[in-house]
Parts: sequence; C-alpha cells; structure tokens
Amino acid sequence: MAVIDLANPTRFLSLVNRVLPWLALATLIVFVVGLYRAMGAPDDYQQGATVKIMFLHVPAAWLGMLGWALMSVAALGTLVWRHPLADVAGKAAAPIGAAFTFICLVTGSLWGRPTWGTYWVWDARLTSVLVLLLLYLGVLALYWTAEDPGRGSRAAAVLTLVGAVNLPIIKFSVDWWNTLHQPASILRMGGSAIDPSILAPLLIMAAAFTLLFFTLLLAAMRNEILRRRVRTMRLMQAREMPA
Amino acid sequence: MTTLVALMLRDMRLAVRVGGGALMGALFFLIVVVMVPFAVGPDLKLLARIGPAILWLGALLASLLALDRLFATDYEDGSLDLMMSAPTPLELTVAAKAIAHWLTTGLPLVVIAPLLGLMLNVEMGSMGWLMLTLLAGTPALTFIGLIGAALSVALRRGGLLLAVLVLPLTIPVLIFGVAAAEAAIAGPTPFGPAFTILCALSLASFVIGPFAAAAALRYGLE
Repeated sequence: MAVIDLANPTRFLSLVNRVLPWLALATLIVFVVGLYRAMGAPDDYQQGATVKIMFLHVPAAWLGMLGWALMSVAALGTLVWRHPLADVAGKAAAPIGAAFTFICLVTGSLWGRPTWGTYWVWDARLTSVLVLLLLYLGVLALYWTAEDPGRGSRAAAVLTLVGAVNLPIIKFSVDWWNTLHQPASILRMGGSAIDPSILAPLLIMAAAFTLLFFTLLLAAMRNEILRRRVRTMRLMQAREMPA
Repeated sequence: MTTLVALMLRDMRLAVRVGGGALMGALFFLIVVVMVPFAVGPDLKLLARIGPAILWLGALLASLLALDRLFATDYEDGSLDLMMSAPTPLELTVAAKAIAHWLTTGLPLVVIAPLLGLMLNVEMGSMGWLMLTLLAGTPALTFIGLIGAALSVALRRGGLLLAVLVLPLTIPVLIFGVAAAEAAIAGPTPFGPAFTILCALSLASFVIGPFAAAAALRYGLE
C-alpha cells in the first residue's frame, strides 16, 4: 500500500484501527522507561530536585512547537496539494499542540517560582511561547466557529502559515535577546552542553511525548473523520425529510 | 494602475460619507484615552509614565475595531465577488483597499494623537517623535489586520473572532512602537534601532498582508 492510498479516508481509518493499539502500547512503555530514568537522574548542584521538572517542561515545549510545524505542513497540504486528509490532520493537531504549550507554560511557571523567585516574567522566550499559545487559541477559534468544515479549515490553514513565523522567533529568542530564560543548551553550535546522565532521560522523555502526540493525533483524526461522516449523514437525512 | 487608484478613491469616498465610519476610529481613540485617567487616577506623573503605552494601545484597539469595515460591506453587496473575478490581481486589490483604509482610519489617529497626549501629560517636546512612531506603526496594524479581516469575512463571523486572530500578530508592532516612543521621551536607549525595526515590520506586513489576505479570500469564499 503506497502512502498515497492513505488519502482515502476509509483506508486511513482501517490503518489507524490496526496501528493505534500498538502505538499506545509503545507510548506507555517509553513513558515508563523515561520516568524511571528521570527519577534516577542526579540532582542539580544548585537547584536540587526541582531540576526534574525539566523532564516534563522541555519535551512539552518541543512538542508545542512540533505541533505548529506539523499544522503548517498540513496547511500546505490543504492549500497547495489539496490532500483530502490534510485539513483533518491540522484540525486534530491544534488542540493537542495547544495542550502541550499550556503544559510547558504551567510547568515552567512552577519551576520558575523556586528558582527565579517569580511565577512569570516578560522575557523573550516566555512571551513568544505565550504568543504561540494565543495563536493556537486563534486557530482553534477559527476551526470551531466555521459551520462548513472545509471552508473553516482553509481559513485556518492560512492563519497557521502566517503564525509559523513565530517558531524561529521562539527558538532563537534566547540567543537574540538577553533573557532570564536559559539560553540554548541542546541544539546549538558546538554540540550539547548538558551532561549525558541528564541528556539521556531528557531525550527518552522527548521520545515518549512525541509518541503520545502521534497516538493522540491519530485518534483525533479518526474522530474527526467519523464526525464529518455523521454530519454528512444528518444533512442527507434532513434533505430527504418531507418539506 | 488606474484601476487601483480608482478603487482607492472609491473606498476613501465611501469611508468619509455618512455611515462610512472613517472618523469613528479617531472618536473611539479619544474615548479610550479619556477612560484611562478615570481608571488609573489623575496622578500626572503616572499618566506621563504610561502615556506612550496608552496612546499605542488606543491606536491598536481603534484600528482593530475599524477592520470590520474593510471587507464586510463589499461582501454584502457583491462588490467583493466582482473584485475577486476581475483581471487585476487580488493581492493588489486588497493592498489598495488597505492603503485607502489606512488613509481614512489610521492617519486620523496620528493626527489627533498630540491632543490626546496633552490629556495624558505626555511631554510635548517629544510628541513629534511619538507621532512619527504612530505614523510608521499604524500601517503595520492595518496590513496585519487585513489578514484577520479577510479570514473573518470568509466565515461571516465578525466581532471578537477578528480581534482574537489579529491581536497576537500585532504584538511585535506594539512592543517596538512603545519602545521607540519611550526611547524618544525618556529612555537611555536610542530611538533609532526600535524605530527602524518598526518600519521594517510595516514594510514586511505591507508585503505579507495582501498575499495572506488574498489567499484567505480565495480559499475562504470559493
């Protein structure tokens, strides 16, 4: 079965039904391994055990940005390549990405209180991630206020592409501006600056979060396809009713 | 070219006539700025401190509320369909409409800013610089708002949806506009860098806005 066959919603649904249980199982296993390694990681010499919030905060941040990147690709699929399932993917990814961004902000805020002394500060990184959350909420508003799913998705696709300019701003904000948030320490010139004993659990947790994202995404896409089918059947039924 | 000029003149003429709403934006700006001393108290030093920020916020909100007018009336009477099926590229058409909109909505905001600055005890010597930042920044607000207006006319949902879509995109304009204004009035930081970034944002939105708005109209109204 070629990838192009997945454009057929029925084939896609049958694939999801086969794959989803295994994906969920894999997510669970990697989460267990990741959390075990995270608990076993050494404490920070300055922050003590609070550094372990990082194992939730950083992957959530990465997934929040991955969500928008995926939505941007889906937006291109909707507008440029007219892939039938692209708008389903974009609509399904939006709430999940928004949730991860929200988790990132909340865990970061809870981490900031003991270490920086404040729950919130208006530095470049925090502000741009907050703007990302607002953009997510805007796209969700577009998806949910459109009566016609197709038209709403096209409008949301345009907004997604416009908002994609925020992603490089978030990534490089800590380098361009002098901020309270820590500068880049993993994906930077000169290699990672984190000790392997902490980097390894972090990457395992990131993998777990990514698997969770895709599990939820496939399930949400299945729900959206079924939802649209129900809507179509209702419309057909209404059309056949006596005037 | 004459098509675009004719379109601009048409929009400007419609805006200044009865029901056009051209000066409503300026009136709303006035009302918002008058509300602020009621809310924060009449302490003149405090008002002077937050004056540039209040002027910028008022200009932002006034621009936002006027954006409805950009496409809604044309959509209702069918002119928008004519514009979309015309030989002139849709990107240029919406850019012309946005320029006309800025001339009738954004420019009055800049003109009455000194009067409002007086009410907020903003230092009059630096008022010229503040007007310059508004002059450079209000086009960015109009062209970014153009995107939101195109998205919400396609969905026929006005009101707050437009604000929710547009406001996050205008945050950089607000940040640099206020930074430039405060640099001119008080700050140790120089006026130049913030102002040039503000101009850059306006120029960038002048390009990106029409393309995104045309795409939104095409895909939303097909």
